[in-house]
Amino acid sequence: MTNSKTVWHKSWNLPGQRDATEQACQELLEAARRHGYDENEVFGVHLALEEAFMNAVQHGNRGDSNKRILAESLITPEKIDISITDEGSGFNPEGLPDPRHGDNLYKCSGRGVLLIRAYMDVVEYNERGNCVHMIKFRDKEGRIRKALNSE
Amino acid sequence: MDQMSPNLQIDYHGNVAVATLTDEKILEDEQIQALEGSFMPLIEQSENIQLIIDFSNVKFLTSSVLGLLIRISKKVYEKNGKLRLCAIEPKIMDVFRITRLDKIFEIFPDQDDALVGLKR
Repeated sequence: MTNSKTVWHKSWNLPGQRDATEQACQELLEAARRHGYDENEVFGVHLALEEAFMNAVQHGNRGDSNKRILAESLITPEKIDISITDEGSGFNPEGLPDPRHGDNLYKCSGRGVLLIRAYMDVVEYNERGNCVHMIKFRDKEGRIRKALNSE
Repeated sequence: MDQMSPNLQIDYHGNVAVATLTDEKILEDEQIQALEGSFMPLIEQSENIQLIIDFSNVKFLTSSVLGLLIRISKKVYEKNGKLRLCAIEPKIMDVFRITRLDKIFEIFPDQDDALVGLKR
């Protein structure tokens, strides 16, 4: 996963408990801040991480704290790259109902994957559906604004 | 200040209950459960409750909080009450917009605006 531009890299093998994933989350966010990612970017990565870890603990591992969660992240000057894998049987992300439509709007759950997709630039799942790979590019919106203004 | 639970401060403006979320980050199951444990009896106790939830301290939340808000709103409407949200900072407001929950909640810039039109 690393390459020559990698400024930070870490792998975790975590028990399926929220306090363990929270610690990993904070380590990654601190590293992102240290390497110059701004608060908007950190907010988006934080939200995506919380939702992905929550899905892994609650839905993937079904709350079984004996099951593990593997996480890996690298930071380069251009991007934050994260993979999170649980021990569950996986799910089909394309089969999820859209929480923004109809009666789904009034449901108490089902918004995590929507938020992950909204805040990360790349979101992909493995075939089994128990591993999510996410990328946040640095200042993508800023670069787009600059590109629009220079036209 | 009229009532305080670990995650919530409740002030009464006449017949309107203003519940200010005191945590800066709301993401842990325990926090959600504590909030639910504070909100639900408050709503149960009063017919036609008028409830404002103030988000001015909140800098981060997850989809679990959105789920809690839906449960609170259903309970408020069961009791023929009114629910308003206020003082949501721009980054959190984006989360409401992305999920389109800004379409189903009444959201106001601050407490004073949220109080307008409620029976004091």
